[in-house]
Amino acid sequence: MSVSYGVTRPIRSGPRAKSMASGLPPFQRFLDTHSECVWRYLVSSVGPTDADDCFQETFVAALHGYPRLRAGSNLRAWVMTIAHNKAMDAHRARARRALPVEDVAAVDGRSTASPHAVEETLWSAVRELPDRQRSAVTLRYMADLPHREIAEAMGCSEEAARRSLHEGLTKLRKMVSV
Amino acid sequence: MTPVVDKGVGKLEQALRRGQRARSAERETAAAAAARLSSRIASEGLADITYAPVDSPFGTLLAAATSRGLVRLAFPEEDVDALLEGLARRISPRIIEAPASFDPVRRELGEYFDGSRRAFELAQDWTLMSAFGRKVLGATYDIPYGGVLSYAEVAAEAGSPRGSRAAGNALGSNPIPIVVPCHRVLRSGGNLGGYGGGLERKRFLLELEGALPGRL
Repeated sequence: MSVSYGVTRPIRSGPRAKSMASGLPPFQRFLDTHSECVWRYLVSSVGPTDADDCFQETFVAALHGYPRLRAGSNLRAWVMTIAHNKAMDAHRARARRALPVEDVAAVDGRSTASPHAVEETLWSAVRELPDRQRSAVTLRYMADLPHREIAEAMGCSEEAARRSLHEGLTKLRKMVSV
Repeated sequence: MTPVVDKGVGKLEQALRRGQRARSAERETAAAAAARLSSRIASEGLADITYAPVDSPFGTLLAAATSRGLVRLAFPEEDVDALLEGLARRISPRIIEAPASFDPVRRELGEYFDGSRRAFELAQDWTLMSAFGRKVLGATYDIPYGGVLSYAEVAAEAGSPRGSRAAGNALGSNPIPIVVPCHRVLRSGGNLGGYGGGLERKRFLLELEGALPGRL
């Protein structure tokens, strides 16, 4: 009996080396879980105009390094670290273009007549804070991270993160009247 | 050290949090950004595995592919999360949903189910099969549309004349059913035998191919 019917066979491939990253969720799940947190942080930190580029760059970089992560890593702290670095890059690039941050608030198209006018003014002021203070305030109040993860994302000690946060709040209080 | 929270900072924190709640309206914007990202990752080939739902008369199948081709086709009752976690463990966690890249799979399956396609041409990746499974399913792949073989015949083709039970197990764990036609393997004497997707579906596929009349 012959079963040779001349059907084109697909390419057969041998088993590949097993992933080192056993236990990591599929990347799509990781993206679904953390996209909102990253998006909120980026919109607040760099503004809506640059947020999408930063968002794409954050998750493309995350995808690149993803299989090398150890199972059990704090995935949110990890992706927020990447997002924080992309936001810093965007702020530096904007400084080189000499585009004042105030203009970015104008580009937002959010008029003071918006129902959240006070909050929007406040968050525009957050964007004018010095780097470390802005990062700490945004990670805390927009991304909702605990102090430990703020420190991890900023690459500093928890004590330093708390200090930046406190300095940021103090400065904000001088900048806007709430 | 806990910073002294005076009344002013407390109100400030409240306003910052109200700003965050205002931003929750941007959930959809975030979802749209994530969707743009998924399609970019798929079109630039940055993921190791892409997947998407694919319609069929059996309901919505889940198709998954590597850069080599279709690696998994799952019936509707399979748990999607468990399936994707399995692929993450066995191949790579760089898995992204990419509906657009499965149009060729949808087209060929659609043509197969409406009777106008007798052989699949889509690229496949047989990574998920064991060495023995690859031999058994290789012999199965050669059974033409409308034809059938017995478990014993397939085992013999795979080089294990006495391995019809092992061949049955290999067929039962076929990661790409329908496309790799394990439904064309029956028990000697014409009894349908088993099918991972249920005997009703096996009968449906054999009837579609015109393989059943005269056989039972």
